[in-house]
Amino acid sequence: MKNKLFHIVKREGLPWYMAWLIRGAALLLALLVCSIVTVLVTGLNPLQVYSTMFYGAFGTARKTWVTFQKLAVLLGISLAVTPAFKMRFWNIGAEGQVMIGGLACAACMIVLGRYIQSNVLMILIMLIASVAAGAIWGFLPAFFKARWNTNETLFTLMMNYIAIQLAAFFIIVWEVPKGAGKIGIINQSSQLGWLPYIGGKQYLLVILVVALLTIALHIYLKYSKHGYEIAVVGESERTAKYAGIKVERVIIRTMVLSGAICGLMGMLLVGGTDHTLTTTIVGGRGFTAVMVSWLAKFNPIAMIFTSLLLVFLQLGAKEIASVYFLNESFSDILMGIILFFIIGCDFFINYKIQFQKHGKEA
Amino acid sequence: MLDFLISFIPRAVMQGIPLLYGSTGEIITEKSGNLNLGIPGVMYVGAISGVIGAFFYETSVPASAMNAWMAILIPLFSSLLGSLLMGLLYCFLTVTLRANQNVTGLALTTFGVGFGNFFGGSLIKLTGSEVPSIALSATSRYFKASLPFANQLGWFGEIFLSYGFLAYLAIVLAILMSYMLKRTRTGLHLRSVGESPATADAAGINVVRYKYLFTCLGSMVAGLGGLYYVMDYANGVWSNNAFGDRGWLAIALVIFTIWRPNVSILASILFGGLYILYLYIPTGTQLAVKELYKMLPYVVTLLVLIMVSLRKRREDQPPASLGLPYFREDR
Repeated sequence: MKNKLFHIVKREGLPWYMAWLIRGAALLLALLVCSIVTVLVTGLNPLQVYSTMFYGAFGTARKTWVTFQKLAVLLGISLAVTPAFKMRFWNIGAEGQVMIGGLACAACMIVLGRYIQSNVLMILIMLIASVAAGAIWGFLPAFFKARWNTNETLFTLMMNYIAIQLAAFFIIVWEVPKGAGKIGIINQSSQLGWLPYIGGKQYLLVILVVALLTIALHIYLKYSKHGYEIAVVGESERTAKYAGIKVERVIIRTMVLSGAICGLMGMLLVGGTDHTLTTTIVGGRGFTAVMVSWLAKFNPIAMIFTSLLLVFLQLGAKEIASVYFLNESFSDILMGIILFFIIGCDFFINYKIQFQKHGKEA
Repeated sequence: MLDFLISFIPRAVMQGIPLLYGSTGEIITEKSGNLNLGIPGVMYVGAISGVIGAFFYETSVPASAMNAWMAILIPLFSSLLGSLLMGLLYCFLTVTLRANQNVTGLALTTFGVGFGNFFGGSLIKLTGSEVPSIALSATSRYFKASLPFANQLGWFGEIFLSYGFLAYLAIVLAILMSYMLKRTRTGLHLRSVGESPATADAAGINVVRYKYLFTCLGSMVAGLGGLYYVMDYANGVWSNNAFGDRGWLAIALVIFTIWRPNVSILASILFGGLYILYLYIPTGTQLAVKELYKMLPYVVTLLVLIMVSLRKRREDQPPASLGLPYFREDR
């Protein structure tokens, strides 16, 4: 028999603070590696680089607002995908669900803008349309998954591009001026359908909505009957069936909820911050959200920190890029490194390595 | 009609070849039970690694002194090395550390695309060129070289013989992989690892070794798709983000062909055709319709995915353990 030097054992119930300690250590290690990579690639002093990054995210009041707005959007999308993930439904279609919500919102603003003058009515219609559009985009994969066990990861992936191409189609239909290939700012003069600025701050509403959403989802997942059903289905579909939970219904209901929140985020993006529609308006955040949600272990409160981390990295690296004339994609490399470390460290939370003692050999 | 075909088919094939590499690589990866969503990133890394290799060779040797073998082998090996490292990283995280495959794959894609664009951008800066792209036309000439008598054979040469060697390699690889999966013991073992790792383990198959081997091999094959794209299709011109979403299209192709590399040969050309069909559609003033044509590959894939799950034929299903980590003590 080959005698292994060590073997791997599953850990039971590591206290939560130990788990977060391990994650923190992984993060520190990742930042260290990032510094080394930065020095190797750019020859810059890493401390200087990190302070430049900090300046990029929080340096001025305007930068701070942008950081919080981006944080809100990413957090919102991450919240949206979370209920489905808890159910082990791998929805990587948030990109498309947000896109279709934004498209519905833009459609209302452009097409109905000719008939409706009331801003309140307009926003109400936008809200309903966006949420419904997102919900449909979430419903379709869930329906096929529940009925025929169609692979949801691949299904939602395809739905992304269908949504993006639909948006590309309508962008050309509605382009202003003709031949520009883009819509430009919608209703610039009348500001019809623009979400209100609270206290003169454009981004405050979006931030508040997402804050409320965070609390609501935390309660929904932790204390409601639905949340409990989601957790049981995620643990084991058979157990859920045995306990009398209608698994199909839970899958569809949860994905409709996921899609609806994505649709809402689409509306916040189009009506609240950008006031236009482009095919890159979601900008990969539907995929980043998957990582945010997973890194936070599907905990809405922890997601605030994980999405802040990723937004900080993105904006910080953007600042480095512009100050030191680097390529903006540097942020993706740093983000990748940090993700790899945090993904990898989970192993040490779930398992422990036992070294074989001498003299105990069989 | 023949004129149309002569201009359309070669372009469809050239669009299809990167997808064929990507899907062949992803199929053997998925057959080992690993759903590698990092393939788009791997293809970027494969492309940029080749570009970096070619760049240093081209800048260190004057164009007249370039050796054809070196001009091909250096980019080829650096490309393979780059994508191998990506595959190893994915395996280390998902197989050894048992991390979630979806999250790891997406992180790999973020990293790979960023890696490609960053180093692409840096090389562009290094050359000090005015345009945001880098041209390796000398290297590309070797990659694009077709048989000397190809253009004397009229439409036949145009449609079948006008491609660089990497295009034919893609087809050969797809056929080899198909044969391997279906007819060899290795293929049988590989499939069993993807279907039920516990059973395979009990039968004495080294699950970890199979997963590592075929995920890394799959990455290397997929990376060649990136290399083909930049060296042959794009004439050696690297520009950031030019590769676009072809990596995702390759994953779509895996479903479309229901995990069969040999089917993928024609399917990838079909997808390549669908990808550029909008260029050939006379739309008049309705430019927007072209955007709907670009949706076709995805819609078709979605329909196949749905049909396959409706029919429930066992040989058409995704590998049963696709996306799940395997831990022997977990059973």
